[in-house]
Amino acid sequence: MQTTWAYISNNFVYSAMGVFALSFLAHAFETAWAVKTPINGGKSKGNLLTKTLDYKRTETAARIATAMMVLAFVLLFVGVVARGISSKHVPWGNMYEFSITGALAFTGAYLVALRKNDLRWLGLFVSLGALLTLGTAVTLLYRDSTPLVPALKSPWLVIHVVAAIISGGVFLLSNVIAGAYLYLDSAERKGGRKPWATRLPKLETLDQLSYRLVAFVFPLWTFSVIAGAIWAESAWGRYWGWDPKETWAFITWVAYAAYLHARVTNGWKGRRAAWLCLFAGSTFLFNYVYVNVWGTGKHTYSGL
Amino acid sequence: MAKELNLPELGFAASLRYLWRELTSMRTALILLMLLGIASIPGSLIPQRSQDPIAVRDFFEQNPELFKWIDRVSGFDVFGSPWFSAIYILLFISLIGCVLPRSVEHYKASRALPPLTPKNLSRMESHHKFAGSSKSLERANDWFAKNHFRIRKEKNSLSAEKGFLRETGNLFFHLALILVLVGVSFGALFGMRGEAIVNVGERFINVPTTYDSLSFGKLVNEKVLPDFTINVDDFDAKYNPRTNAPLDYTAFVTVEVDGKKEKREIKVNKPLTFGSTRVYLQANGYSPIVTVRDSTGKVSFQGPVPFLPQDGNLRSIGAIKVPDGDPQIGFVATFLPTYSRTPNQGGVSVYPEALSPKLLFSAWMGDLGLDTGVPQSVYRIDTSEMKRVALSSLTPGETYEFPEAQITFEGLIPWVNLQVVSDPGKNFALFGAILAVLGLLASMFGRRRRIWVRVTEEKKIEVAGLAKNAAPGLSDEIAKLISAIKGEK
Repeated sequence: MQTTWAYISNNFVYSAMGVFALSFLAHAFETAWAVKTPINGGKSKGNLLTKTLDYKRTETAARIATAMMVLAFVLLFVGVVARGISSKHVPWGNMYEFSITGALAFTGAYLVALRKNDLRWLGLFVSLGALLTLGTAVTLLYRDSTPLVPALKSPWLVIHVVAAIISGGVFLLSNVIAGAYLYLDSAERKGGRKPWATRLPKLETLDQLSYRLVAFVFPLWTFSVIAGAIWAESAWGRYWGWDPKETWAFITWVAYAAYLHARVTNGWKGRRAAWLCLFAGSTFLFNYVYVNVWGTGKHTYSGL
Repeated sequence: MAKELNLPELGFAASLRYLWRELTSMRTALILLMLLGIASIPGSLIPQRSQDPIAVRDFFEQNPELFKWIDRVSGFDVFGSPWFSAIYILLFISLIGCVLPRSVEHYKASRALPPLTPKNLSRMESHHKFAGSSKSLERANDWFAKNHFRIRKEKNSLSAEKGFLRETGNLFFHLALILVLVGVSFGALFGMRGEAIVNVGERFINVPTTYDSLSFGKLVNEKVLPDFTINVDDFDAKYNPRTNAPLDYTAFVTVEVDGKKEKREIKVNKPLTFGSTRVYLQANGYSPIVTVRDSTGKVSFQGPVPFLPQDGNLRSIGAIKVPDGDPQIGFVATFLPTYSRTPNQGGVSVYPEALSPKLLFSAWMGDLGLDTGVPQSVYRIDTSEMKRVALSSLTPGETYEFPEAQITFEGLIPWVNLQVVSDPGKNFALFGAILAVLGLLASMFGRRRRIWVRVTEEKKIEVAGLAKNAAPGLSDEIAKLISAIKGEK
């Protein structure tokens, strides 16, 4: 029974990867095809850089890309749930499970944001990101589905990790946007955006969006750290012990706190703020990779 | 806060004031915050004494020279080091110096009337000008009152303000952080923490001598230990036969408080609670029960000896010390709950349950070194003054004889490691943390804005607003106000 569900889960995760790949191709096609269609009806003989793009012609491709993304999300959702059933616990007991659930949260955050804003330009990065995360998960991180070790048996695990995964997904989304900001900013300084990038939002919009995401999710991250502390108190007899994972969660918290202060109180924005945002996000990634793979301490479970 | 341009070259008081202003400036706070993050990094890369004392000792053995230098700058105690403390103490002073005046200011502002209507409203955001009636101001006033704005009425204008929640939440968040720090310090000063290994069937009495290790906060002593006794009746460990990973640990205990006995269970996530003291199940292992007899057959040692687990399959090391005798006898031993052999490692344990237990040992004679006054590990023997006289292995029930003595491996019982912790500051820290999140949420969702309405001399109505921190939604709100003024419902 246990292995059947694990088998089902694996098939759904693989299918989701396939559909993510299709979504990625559709996004890439959309972006690339639009480049060939200058809006000024062939009047311009200038180079591509002077042409604006007509995305109306690639609307179908964009719709397919988004539909594929939704389908992949649903498949991945089933995969994650089946994994949870097979191991009889919430599906984030090891790094493989954390990765597939993280990819689900990341895609979900994008799809929710898409309902209100035209963020389809981000789809290229989101589908690629999900694909890479899942690819790493199934090749390097895969572990057989197993029940949890005793310390992980707590309702606080569910709360702590849900909050951490959502925060992580949004931090990464904010980082992608900050990265896009830096890239576009340097392109504009050198004379202008590449044609494919012309549909991307204005710099100020990216700057604001990246900040809003962080401001929105910072309380959740704070909560996640607190929930972790409550759990640690019942499992290990102390709520805070400067375990490497705790230390890096604290560093991430401090870094984002500094980012918010720099923005709100000191009026940082633009490139400086984007770099600070990338720095803060990289502390989160570092925590995820370093502590789980090479680190010691109490947060290393079940192989990975 | 603005920095003063004319640097004071004045007296002591003025210099202090200057320093204070610098310390409480936002820029300094920001630098301190970043420093705090950076200063924590070595704490996660270098092994820490509080975390992993064995790794610290290994580091010393491998790099004694580097160890000395790192230790000199408290590199193995980063979070208790003077420089780390200096950063966070300065940060909190800076925070208090920033937040307290702001709280006073905020309190005053929340009592004061909104500011006067500016002369030139067209410079503000969402400026509108339209024909109105004599009722316009009244309607605007009703709308503001209905939407909980604070209103200042002037002769032919209204000034309204809303959204103090933002700054209130912000201040609450920072004040709550101070409470968290107070809770943490309180716990460190008035708390205690100790560990004891208890064999199944034995009793733990909460007095200092029962502990294997015990430490108190700076401002308390052993008088704080509450009166209780825990008898460990049984211990149950379940493992996954496929991965050997633990599934569940349960210690069945009888607790005695004030003469009343009660059966209880302790699990990894379910400690026992006695007031602010909690008892956790932290680790477990095996105690081989051995009997040692001297050459005349007289029993010179008998009982369970706790062994220290070395891996997930509970391969455990330990030492059996028999000091009554001349020369003294010691056994350096390894206990394997499920014995197997591999060509590379020799005897290993392949499963954490005691399915085919085996005790491997070497017997030593000489001086155990117990009288030197140097504290010794109970799991190890210093064999520098001893001679090896035997090397063998036993299964339960077997006896090994050599000329000077004989040893019988009678059987085994599990032991549990009980961790006793008292942290009276914990609830303050938790309360502070909850307040901090609530404050943070309030400050994120609160939007402070002002809206003005004026009747001009040519009987036109002018409306405009100002949103602090570029908060969104002001223009929608003003549109609603305008339709209310126009009586459009």
